[in-house]
Amino acid sequence: MTKPKVAFYWNASCGGCEEAVIDLAEDILKVVEAVDIVFWPVAMDFKKKDIKAMKDGEIAVSFINGAIRTEEQEEMVKLLRRKSGLVIAFGSCSHLGGIPGLANFWDRDTIFERVYKEIPSVINPDGVLPQTKTQIGDKQLTLPEFWDTVKTLDQVIDVDYYIPGCAPPPDIIMDGITAILEGKLPEKGAVLAPDKSLCDTCPRSEKKPDKISMKEIKRPHEIILDPEKCFLEQGIICLGPATRSGCGERCINANMPCRGCFGPTKEVIDHGAKGLSAIVSILGIEEEEKLSDEDVQKLIDQIKDPAGLFYMYSLPSSLLRRKIMRKGE
Amino acid sequence: MVKKITIDPITRLEGHGKIEIFLNEKGNVDKAFFQVPELRGFEKFSEGRMAEEMPRITPKICGVCPTAHHMASGKALDDLYKVDPPPAAKKIRELINSSFMAEDHTLHFFFLGGPDFIVGPQAPAKERNILGVIQKVGLDAGKKVINIRKRLRDIITKQGGKVIHPVCNLPGGISKGVTKEDREEYIQTGKDAVEFAKFSLKAFEDIVLKNNEYVDVIVGDIYKHKTYYMGLVDKDNKVNFYDGDIRVVDPEGKEFAKFKPSEYLNHIEEHVEQWSYVKFPYLKDVGWKGFVDGRDSGVYRVAPLARLNVADGMATPLAQAEYEKLFDTLGGKPAHNTLAYHWARLVELLYATERLLELAQDEEILEPNVRNIPTAVPEEGIGVVEAPRGTLYHHYKTDENGIITGVNLIVATVNNSAAMCMSIEKAARGLIKGGKVSDGLLNMVEMAFRAYDPCLACATHSLPGNMPLEIKICNLDGKLIKTLRR
Repeated sequence: MTKPKVAFYWNASCGGCEEAVIDLAEDILKVVEAVDIVFWPVAMDFKKKDIKAMKDGEIAVSFINGAIRTEEQEEMVKLLRRKSGLVIAFGSCSHLGGIPGLANFWDRDTIFERVYKEIPSVINPDGVLPQTKTQIGDKQLTLPEFWDTVKTLDQVIDVDYYIPGCAPPPDIIMDGITAILEGKLPEKGAVLAPDKSLCDTCPRSEKKPDKISMKEIKRPHEIILDPEKCFLEQGIICLGPATRSGCGERCINANMPCRGCFGPTKEVIDHGAKGLSAIVSILGIEEEEKLSDEDVQKLIDQIKDPAGLFYMYSLPSSLLRRKIMRKGE
Repeated sequence: MVKKITIDPITRLEGHGKIEIFLNEKGNVDKAFFQVPELRGFEKFSEGRMAEEMPRITPKICGVCPTAHHMASGKALDDLYKVDPPPAAKKIRELINSSFMAEDHTLHFFFLGGPDFIVGPQAPAKERNILGVIQKVGLDAGKKVINIRKRLRDIITKQGGKVIHPVCNLPGGISKGVTKEDREEYIQTGKDAVEFAKFSLKAFEDIVLKNNEYVDVIVGDIYKHKTYYMGLVDKDNKVNFYDGDIRVVDPEGKEFAKFKPSEYLNHIEEHVEQWSYVKFPYLKDVGWKGFVDGRDSGVYRVAPLARLNVADGMATPLAQAEYEKLFDTLGGKPAHNTLAYHWARLVELLYATERLLELAQDEEILEPNVRNIPTAVPEEGIGVVEAPRGTLYHHYKTDENGIITGVNLIVATVNNSAAMCMSIEKAARGLIKGGKVSDGLLNMVEMAFRAYDPCLACATHSLPGNMPLEIKICNLDGKLIKTLRR
């Protein structure tokens, strides 16, 4: 029997998803035994033209990480889509846009202005900016164009399944790969992780009171964090109620609140809106009747940078997508 | 006829690093460009965020060295809120950072850069990888490498939550202390890591230093640049990865500047070229003179060899002995040999493990108080650490609510960006004459490039330690004349 062909590819990412695959350690050998890796720029010398030469659908499955923000990336993932039976969005950036997706609060011009002109260490009296084409005498150099907007993988091509996390933990990766190899897959479009909220599996949930009320909002650096108490009970915003479980509660184990890298559970359309509603529904709930409009406003004002906090990993995938830039802004 | 040679590491088709070499009419190298065709804009999109989230946001700059960003960011927050972490918190941070430096240097030496030497610069490409290394040093040794990396990374996971993007740093300390049980494990890991580092240096000595052919390559002119060097030093001018002053030495090895992290803008400026998304830092007091070395050019280098060049020695005994041996062999300080970065990395590996063990054995890390709550009104903070690939600067400005209003980041590898261009160009000049491209070019150029362990390129992401390269040689019309591939 011929082994199924597998491709790995990356876009705008940090390399953490590749490290996550390397961290599979001995398990990676099991994967290598079971499949035929036909494209993995990180490790193997196969070229784009080799992929082009393949029949459509010849690759059984392509794992693609990183958000999409250049034409080259778009071209490559479209090619892989055509040649692949299954496409898996791998990691937060590909799945939701990830931290680099916060760039959707700005655009190319505002980013360039900051990076190449305003930064205090930059000396650039002529206002030089990187160009897609540079002519130096008879020499021409090129750079890929930088888009205004960061996109998730499924905004560019059709995606079959998602492996979540920043970075995806080893057991989630192996479970996902095993499900694919054994053909035991859920319905198309599913995230290959438990469909439970993080609160359901949180080690602090046992001691959690039935009804949580946040009297006020605290920021993590403002108090000594109790290592056993629910963060919400301590007044710390934690995205656990809005976020899918399966991460191994890694941040919680380090005594830090969840920031949502696994994205929402199945029924949630907008991760940030869900997180925000989870928080405001318990904020000041205890003495709700006694609060004036002014008191409520004061409580709400304690939430700093709500857009950046609740959409930390998911801005490009949200209903908001990006900030609309107006001239002169 | 003018020719253009493109080296496009296929490990980044959209590219993290791309090399273009142009030949003149005589067929000799006219100019080489090392391009970084990528930008994500952290310096802009961090604006508006809560400062205390920065240690969780900035590690995403690099999934290979997230711990270094996490540390620089944590220190920038201490400075922002003018709050000093309790001694235990500082020691635990340094312990995490030492584990990270040790596992990362191990990754580079055995998986990435080391195969050039352990297996040999002229060995067939298919053997120049971790498997080739295992063949040469033995299967047990290979297992040792994988085992020690896993245990060092476990320390980061235990304390930082995630080894890929830790989360424990806050202004004034860390979110979690060390338990007695974990400490016992860290001590054992530290002891085994020191033995592992000694074994690594012994392997380097047996395989590389006892082979005159290799030594000739290391000291040869093709891989030499007389530049300034920069790195962090402690109060005794010894190498330190976590804290201290920044010291710069000139190409003769004399102290040129020594400054506090908060003074970095008085000493470093960045130059912009329109053909790369990466900026080119240089010494402000010398100035930008282009991609040239020597005393009159502000180009400086960072990372292992630079750190050894700027320091008066190592703070731990075993590493100090290896430091002395390195400079005795290379003919004194400073050493300008780019390939000696590999050796310096191993000396640092030994220091990182000795320091890890010292910190793990220190009773104070068991102190439960690991946070001081900040009380000052935030305004501006600067944090500097040594990442495996060089000095790393995080600089934040905020409003009175601790909301970020301005960010400047000078990332470790970026400090070396001008020097990498120059090293590639020099290697190419030595190998391309009269339009004839030596088949050894791929190896040799790659070695020039890889010695820096550039984080933004594929070298660090390459699993079998064999960076696939393609060099295209085109004529003026862009017609492909020859393709070299490995």
